[in-house]
Order: sequence, then C-alpha cells, then structure tokens
Amino acid sequence: MSDSTIKSIRDIPSHENIYPGTPACAGCGGLLSLRHCLKALGENIVIVNAAGCFTLLSVYPYTPFRSSWLYTAMACAPAGAQGIRDALDVLIKKGKLLPEEDLKVVVLTGDGVAYDIGLASTSGALYRNVDFYYICSDNEAYGNTGFQASGATPFASKTGTTPVGEMNPLGELFYKKDLFEIWRSHKPPYLATISPSHPVDLINKFEKAKHYKGPKLFINLSPCPPGWNTDPSHSAKLAKLAVDTGIWVLKEAVYGEIRHTVIPRKFKPVEVYLKEQGRFAHLFKPVRQEDALCQIQSFVDRYWKEIQN
Amino acid sequence: MHMDNKRKMLTGNAAAAWGARLAEVDYIPTYPITPQTEIIEKLVHWINNGEMDAKFVALESEHSMITAAGAANVTGVRVFTATSSQGLMYGFEMLYTVAGWRAPFVMVNVSRGLSAPITLEPDHNDILATRDTGFLQIHCETCQEILDSILIAYKLAEDERVLLPVIVNMDGFYLSFTREPVEIPDINEVRRFLPAYDSRHAFFRANQPLSQGVAVLGGSVYTYFKYQMHLASRNGLSVYKETAKEFGELFGRFYGVVEEFMMDNAEYVLIMTNSFSTIGKAAVKKARAKGLRIGLLRIRVIRPFPETDIQEVLRGKKAVAVLDQNISVGKGGILFSEIAGCMYNERERPSLLSFIGGLGGKNVSPQEFEFIFENLQKADKTGATSAPCLLYTREEWHGMENLKKIAGRNP
Repeated sequence: MSDSTIKSIRDIPSHENIYPGTPACAGCGGLLSLRHCLKALGENIVIVNAAGCFTLLSVYPYTPFRSSWLYTAMACAPAGAQGIRDALDVLIKKGKLLPEEDLKVVVLTGDGVAYDIGLASTSGALYRNVDFYYICSDNEAYGNTGFQASGATPFASKTGTTPVGEMNPLGELFYKKDLFEIWRSHKPPYLATISPSHPVDLINKFEKAKHYKGPKLFINLSPCPPGWNTDPSHSAKLAKLAVDTGIWVLKEAVYGEIRHTVIPRKFKPVEVYLKEQGRFAHLFKPVRQEDALCQIQSFVDRYWKEIQN
Repeated sequence: MHMDNKRKMLTGNAAAAWGARLAEVDYIPTYPITPQTEIIEKLVHWINNGEMDAKFVALESEHSMITAAGAANVTGVRVFTATSSQGLMYGFEMLYTVAGWRAPFVMVNVSRGLSAPITLEPDHNDILATRDTGFLQIHCETCQEILDSILIAYKLAEDERVLLPVIVNMDGFYLSFTREPVEIPDINEVRRFLPAYDSRHAFFRANQPLSQGVAVLGGSVYTYFKYQMHLASRNGLSVYKETAKEFGELFGRFYGVVEEFMMDNAEYVLIMTNSFSTIGKAAVKKARAKGLRIGLLRIRVIRPFPETDIQEVLRGKKAVAVLDQNISVGKGGILFSEIAGCMYNERERPSLLSFIGGLGGKNVSPQEFEFIFENLQKADKTGATSAPCLLYTREEWHGMENLKKIAGRNP
C-alpha cells in the first residue's frame, strides 16, 4: 500500500481541481465523486470525455476544470485517450516535450457509453494496455437524454424506454450488465468500484492505482435525483444505502485478482434502498410486487454467498 | 525501362506509404481494409526495420482510428492514416469531429464502391460522401501524384490559414494495385519543402491547460465556428496554389487544382476525376485525331471547390459532359450538380450533360466515350440536355441477363 493512504475524511486533500458552479443537476452523485477523483489525480491531467451529462461541464467559453479537456464523441473516448497518450509519449521520446509537462490521460463517461456504445473501444484500449484512467459515472441509464434504459439499468427500474404499465408492471426486464466482470476479463492492472458515500475508500483506490502502468478503471454508482426521482439532498445517503444493502459492491481487482474493500457487517434489506426511489415506486404502490422484490434481494444474496465460498 | 536510383516501380498504395514516410509522420493509427491494407503493412514493415521513426497502432475500428488520429494530432504530432469505402463510412461521425477540432492530418482514401451490394472495385460515392465534413480533398490519377499530393497535403493542412485535415484519394485496384514508375524525392529536399510539424494552435501539456472540442450552446456560437472552418477551407485554394507552386519549383512536377488536357481551342469538354481520367484522355486523343475539338478537364482539388478555375476553363465552350463515377441515388451525378452550380451565373454557359459510369469499377469503353462525344455535339445543335445518362453497354446488359438466369430469376 502506498504512503499516501488516508484513514479519515479529514485527510482528503483540500485542494480543488473542479470548481463549483457547474451545470450538473443538484445532488449529482457523479459530480460528488468526480470532485474526489480529481483531488486524487491532481491537476496535470487531460480529461477525454464522451457524450453524456459531463459533456455539459465544459461549455464554451467556460470550464470548471483546472486541467485540459477533449470532448470526442459518444463511442470513442478510449480511442481518444490512445491518441493523446501515444502522442505525449512520442513528443517526450523525440525531445519535443519535457517529461514534467506530461499529463495523465483520464477518460470520463457515463454508463451508456461504458456499458453499451463504447464497450468495443474500451475493450480495444484495455487489450492494448493503454496507460490511462477511466472513470465511469454509472447512474444506471442514459441520463443526459432524459433517463432511458442502458445496459446498466437494473431489473425493475422505470425509465423513459422501460415504462410501467398494464402490459409490463415491472419496467426494465433485463438484469444490469456486470461491467466490472467484463472489464476484469481483460485483466487490467487496476479496476475498482467507488461510491460518493465512501470518499476515503475512493481516494485510497486512486492512490493505489497510481502505481500501475496501464488501464486503471473506476465505476462510480451515481445517484441521479432527476432520473431516480429522489431528493437531491439524499444522494450521499442513497449511495451509502446501496453499499449497506450490498446492491453496490465496493471492490477492486489488481490484474484480475478481486478484493472487497468494504463489506457491511450487517446487510440492510435492499427494500430500504429501493423504496427511497421513484424509479422503483411501482414495486411498492399501488400493490406490492413481492416476486420482483424477492428476485432483487435474492440476486444480491446470491452474490455475497458466492464470494464467501 | 531504365530507371535511376530515385525511380522505382511502385503501386499506388506503396506510393502512398512513401508519401507518409517522406513526410516523417510521428504517428500512424490504423485498421485494415481492402484495397488499402498494403499501405499500412508497408509502413509497419519500415518501422520494424528501423527505417522509419513513427509509432504504429492497430485500432479496433475506423471510428477509433480516426479518433486516435485526431486526438494525437491535436496533442501536437504529425499523423497519417488511411482507409477505404466501408471504413470511411464506419468512421464518418469522426470526420466531422476531427475537422471541427482543426486537426491538420492527412488521410488516404482508397476509393471502393459502397455496400450493398458489397463489392471491392472503385467508385467515388465513398469519398464524395465526405465532401461536407471539412476535410480538404485531393484526387489523384497517377501513383506519382499520390506521393506528391501527400507531401503537398501536409503543408496545406498545417498552414495556419487552413488548419484542416486533408484526404488524398486514389482509386482502389486501378491505382492502388497498379505499378508505375515513381520518382521518390530526396528526404533533404522534402524537409526543405515540409519542415517538422510545430503545433501552435492545438496541444496538451501540463503548464498550459487547454480545453478542446468543447460543447457550444446556441446557434450563433455554433455558426461562428462552422463559418471559420468554411473560410479556412476557402483559404485553402490560394494556399494550395502557393504550396503546389513551391513543390513544382523544387521537384519539377506541377499540380493545379484542375488539370487541363488537350484544351487548346477545345469546343467540347469532358470532365472527370481520378484514375479513369487516363482512359478518358485516350478517348479524347482519339476524337481529336478525328477532328473533334474536345479536351478533358480533370478536377484534382474537390474541396475547397475551385469554382473560378472551372469557370475559366469552361467559359465560351459549346458543350460540357460531366462523367460522374458516383451516383446520388434519386438525383444523379454529384459532380454534375457542383459544376452546374458554379456555371449558373455565367453569361456564356455551355450546355451541360450528365453521365454516370464506372460504378463499382465498371469499365468505360471507347464506344461509351464516343457516345458521350456524339451527345455533346447533338446538345450543342439542339440545345437539349437530358436527365443523367446511365452508361451501360449492350454486352453488359446481356451478361447481366445471363447472371439473372443463373440466379434463378425467370424472364
């Protein structure tokens, strides 16, 4: 473990690399974590963005970042990272850029990109062992277009394209893709899940990741007040409930070797997490959909049982 | 054929690779596609032999390839890449994007007909689909021209009055796999013509944070940046002429935005592009021998579109035929519309005829050229022009009838 590992929230660097006043929604769980990610990464970075909510952080002529930025398109931010990383390496090798002018290359996308349209370009970058960071802000739907289902949308979530009605009282019928496992199958040097409710865990994961050359990937569960239909002031609490119920698993994988970094002593029932959110309200009202709730609970139970074996 | 040390028999693809090598590019993101693949194989071979100091990377798609090309270029290195047809379409979104980033790199497109039906041989629907992206376009007839155009293209793209990417186009098979004697310029002379890339408008470095490719809100901001690209592309016409003149003075080969062939005293004009121009020139030569005063105008630079140069050549002519090796389905020839557009306000405009030929590499026979020339003379007498004429010979028709029988289609 590195020397810079921190123990408490008081040890988080006070220096800010993203300033307030962004157009992000109130209570954006992605922004809460991004602030901490950037504290850990420092200011000498270039953010390579794909289409999503965070694209609107940098609107001409303003930027909330201390660092550089390139907006690419939806499917190809990791390819943009490849080009920048390679170009920086070439410039340094040919003596056209001082090594101290080097930048960390950081891909920043939402889940629609990471789980769906950008999966191939991420797989390519992982295969080629590009030295970059990837932060996926996973709010479990296409948020910037108004909350439609993505590969990250969990079972029974209501979204714009998985409405609840007489023919389908559940909403989303598919299970959330396991992006952690998809990415882990490439055996990247470092891979972790993070949460805005656990900034110490988050910072320490970035500190650990710094020691590896190659892809370093992070998936953040990003409570999304407009999409999840939740109180903006509850985002951190909701993120914590996701961890406490075991539905959002905080873990890391070094070259594919998994370690769970936060294991709740006593798991809360998933129901307490679900019933806070408008996107799951149909599971409770007008009638309680017991089967669906059991299915979600047993899915979580099965995960934790399997990892104990 | 006698050849000195500098002259080599090269395919169009090899000539393209030599262009990139002589431009001393830093970075080559790639993805294979027929008939382009020989270019990237040659480049990685040279890199592995230590003959070229560039970084080569094989991406997982053309979409990623063009992204990496643009991203590396706006970080500050000189970039070369190449694709064809379906690959160009697969990366299409990024053509607009990297042009908007003002990434001045050079890409070779090896033209190939677009699916469906899937095919290998050339026409220009692929390259002409990209005409509105912001890329400048140079279309080549010979292997020598490919190599030379790549060098000119870098100087043109990187000029601060332009700062836009350039596509150098060649026909698949007819040029990509045809060997011709090509003079390979001396590297020191190339360096005099094309100094190392020094990116002052786009870079990423720690001491000078820069936001690139940022979103805009509102039409007036968007329009401002689009107009800037348009005006920069229009600057490209005079910058091209300057650059091509300098190139000609150094290397003895001169390339205009258009090429005039047997245009002295011409009354009739055949307009073509790319490698099929060679067979067009042969037909023109033959017709001239029979006394028809006809010439051929080859459009080399298609973006920016050289209206004035075309108007000057066509002014006072009796009739002009545009042979489009492309088809805008539901409209006709793409270049015909562009030529017609630039002639409309001319006081003495010639009759303008539209022909479609050479799709998917289909041959244009001497008889078809004669047919075009007859129509030119007829149009001059009657003043009548017609809808686009789709060239197809009787033999081809019968051949197709046979194939349909084999395919099980009842007559």
